[in-house]
Amino acid sequence: MTTETGIGASVKRKEDARFITGKGRYTDDINLVNQTYLVFARSPYAHAKINGIDLEPAKATPGVVAVFTGKDLAADEIGDLPCGWMVKSKDGSDMISPSHPPIAIDKVNYVGEPYALVIADTPDAARNGAEAIEANFEVLEAVLSTADATSGPQIHENAPNNRSYDWELGDKDATDTAFDNAAHITKLDIVNNRLIPNAIETRAALGDFDSSTGNYTLYTTSQNPHVERLILAAFVNVAPEARLRVISPDVGGGFGSKIFVYAEETAVIWAAGKLGRPVKWRAERTESFLGDAHGRDHVTHAELAIDDDGKFTGLRVSTKANMGAYLSTFASSVPTYLYGTLLAGQYTTPNIYVEVQAVFTNTCSVDAYRGAGRPEATFVVERLVETAARELNMDPAELRRKNFIPPDAFPYETPVALTYDTGNYGISLDKALDLADVAGFESRRSDSESRGKKRGLGYSCYIEACGLAPSQVAISLGAGVGLFESAEIRVDVTGSVTAITGSHSHGQGHETTFAQLISDRFGIPFESVDVVHGDTGRSDYGLGTYGSRSIAVGGSALMSAADKIIAKGKKIAAHMLNSNEDNVDFADGRFTAADTNESLAFGEVAFSAYVPGNFPLEELEPGLSEKAFYDPANFTYPAGAHICEVEIDPDTGVTEIAQFVAVDDFGNVINPMIVEGQVHGGLAQGIGQALLEHGIYDADSGNLITGSYLDYAMPRADHLPDFTVDTTVTPCTHNPLGVKGCGEAGAIGSTAAVMNAVTDALGVIDMPMPATPETVWKVARGA
Amino acid sequence: MAVKLNVNSVEHTLEVPSNTLLSEILRDHLNLTGTHIGCDTSQCGACVVHMDGKSIKSCTVLAAQADGADVTTIEGIANGGELHPMQEAFRNNHALQCGFCTPGMIMSAIDLVQSNDKLSAQEIREGLDGNFCRCTGYHNIVKAVLEAQEQM
Repeated sequence: MTTETGIGASVKRKEDARFITGKGRYTDDINLVNQTYLVFARSPYAHAKINGIDLEPAKATPGVVAVFTGKDLAADEIGDLPCGWMVKSKDGSDMISPSHPPIAIDKVNYVGEPYALVIADTPDAARNGAEAIEANFEVLEAVLSTADATSGPQIHENAPNNRSYDWELGDKDATDTAFDNAAHITKLDIVNNRLIPNAIETRAALGDFDSSTGNYTLYTTSQNPHVERLILAAFVNVAPEARLRVISPDVGGGFGSKIFVYAEETAVIWAAGKLGRPVKWRAERTESFLGDAHGRDHVTHAELAIDDDGKFTGLRVSTKANMGAYLSTFASSVPTYLYGTLLAGQYTTPNIYVEVQAVFTNTCSVDAYRGAGRPEATFVVERLVETAARELNMDPAELRRKNFIPPDAFPYETPVALTYDTGNYGISLDKALDLADVAGFESRRSDSESRGKKRGLGYSCYIEACGLAPSQVAISLGAGVGLFESAEIRVDVTGSVTAITGSHSHGQGHETTFAQLISDRFGIPFESVDVVHGDTGRSDYGLGTYGSRSIAVGGSALMSAADKIIAKGKKIAAHMLNSNEDNVDFADGRFTAADTNESLAFGEVAFSAYVPGNFPLEELEPGLSEKAFYDPANFTYPAGAHICEVEIDPDTGVTEIAQFVAVDDFGNVINPMIVEGQVHGGLAQGIGQALLEHGIYDADSGNLITGSYLDYAMPRADHLPDFTVDTTVTPCTHNPLGVKGCGEAGAIGSTAAVMNAVTDALGVIDMPMPATPETVWKVARGA
Repeated sequence: MAVKLNVNSVEHTLEVPSNTLLSEILRDHLNLTGTHIGCDTSQCGACVVHMDGKSIKSCTVLAAQADGADVTTIEGIANGGELHPMQEAFRNNHALQCGFCTPGMIMSAIDLVQSNDKLSAQEIREGLDGNFCRCTGYHNIVKAVLEAQEQM
């Protein structure tokens, strides 16, 4: 087989040819004839009534074409932006989802919320128009603290105590009993800092309306164009689904923030229809800070019960999760089904109880950001375990090993509703200990001390759940969409292949990885495979890319379609070879009749399918093109061991990462180069959370203090080390490729490892995150 | 105002408003959309091009400042069909994922290598701190620049 380009080969990426030459085609690179430009007027207040808006100065601004408010959208029956996952409270009641008009009508609930839009012939004219809008705001007291949100002034009429839901999972009584009988209890209060996603391409949208057909086309920066189309059609009521095409071309990073359906693209596509002219909007960076759904922002109290023997017997977690001002598209699922369910980690802890209150504040919405709930769960578990080891004076690696789910216990049912299919946590930890030369750590620590520095070591043994599934289970738990993926394989007359996937690539390299799959399966050259994605006009309904699902779900869908191609190919080949389809084998790109040993190349069979001169047309349709929808039987469960070693200068508070080792089990790996790259990027974001990044709102005004790159500390090249990454393999047991997914692992595992290392270096149990130089300096001085 | 500039070896004379930025000239007037806009505060570096041989952030250069200049963008560094060694090294080392920061990163890296004697990995990290990448964690970018400096 073509080993240089097949499964397991580090094939150089196809998509790079355009990206390194400046030929990428991102949304803002697309321009349409007679295009207009849209700029939003955004609230300067965190919480205010709108008593009136004077649009006349904006309308009189030269170049302005139209000015609209939320009332204009409402008059056209544009609906609310919905939240697509129904979570129920402890008492069985539905979560409270406040009305979220795309453009605020009577009230603004966070700084940056759009309340009017100006459309003009040029971007400058639109900006001038937006600045000329005069709104009469009546400022209200704002709710800004996650911890105190339930006692603040009520933001939404239908949400008493600013609470959306009060959810629970696990056996409370059994867990309380475990704590009653514990030999040791470790307790932590944890604040998981708010993060701002910061894909380097800001969100953008370009809407077009063809009045002769009634067709709308929306080009936008989406990770899941079909979900965008469904929500805009079915819930927001912009256009009938069949009349709306969503194209998501090259997208410059997502990390979750481009999953959601936002006000901006809603306004763009509506306005394009209203005006009969194309309408374009591109976020300025500050708009991205203010409006792209943020991540994390949990306040948690957590306790771990341990017996005399060092075995974990119970875990009790109580979390307040900040939802921001409104429930974003999938916000409700993040601190519940993607968080509480992961609290078993890699351990046999038999009793777990978690309760989560989701609260509203006058801040930007919080939703899935790389890892989405799983980093928060890992942080709780791995900070507790590390702290317990220190309190018990045990080696943190040994304490973990003592509590690992053993390799022979799979499939393993956790007390928090998941069944892990496979794993071997000990071998990942062993490999990480070896790569990090943990045995030599004490001598390195002595060396650091001799130079007046403080050195620390931290572990994190994380688990995650990728490829959210199956649809029936998720829908029974409140999901508003299915969780399968679509695939179509069109074999051309000459035997080349177009593979169309519902997955979406915004950096992940699907055009390469998926071509490897197809090339390997069909035994055809890698160059003969074209991968198409990101256009609802070209692919079947699919769910897109989030939650590290593309290879496990999208790749499996392609494999299902490939199986159908081969099954049909066998029928055609059997006829051509005067054999029986049961006697035809397919391997290495050839259909071979076992009885005669005669064979045909893949391309010969394809040609015959489309030039059906000698073809059993009465039994078989011509052509060679198949579709599949793959709905996984379970999540996949990537897991791994991360070890971080830091050196801190107590005089400056600067933390340097001396080394970072990540050993991950992603199951089978299709392209190791791409997988390593995904890990690197995830690590950078996880380390960024631990040391640098923090989305901060002013506690009085509700202004976003970290609203630009001057204020929000993005990881730069000189903040980060070279990474040491490696893998172990336990193949997933329930998908055809044995794959698990790798997109989020780096961000999930690393944050706890860094904070465990920093606290180890400083000799403290706990400290605030991020461990900025200022914070570290204060902690080092006991301040 | 009238602006005359040479971009990727082609002379252009344009009539633009005086507040026009070089990044806007490139993207909106010359359709050279390989130069990207990632922020409003001259931090991210997605818009880096070469002006008179030095890397600059084109979002902070006014049209008047670019008058008479020689500008090279990401579209202009390959020699016919042959990629620049930095482009080749980025591809070879998987130094890009979404590709959005890549043009600016490559243009910065070329100037960094051209302006210095042999750089260490740490010097490359410090030299690229005006360019953000959110995808790669910079690990493979550093590898690519180390490789390219051997070829340049």
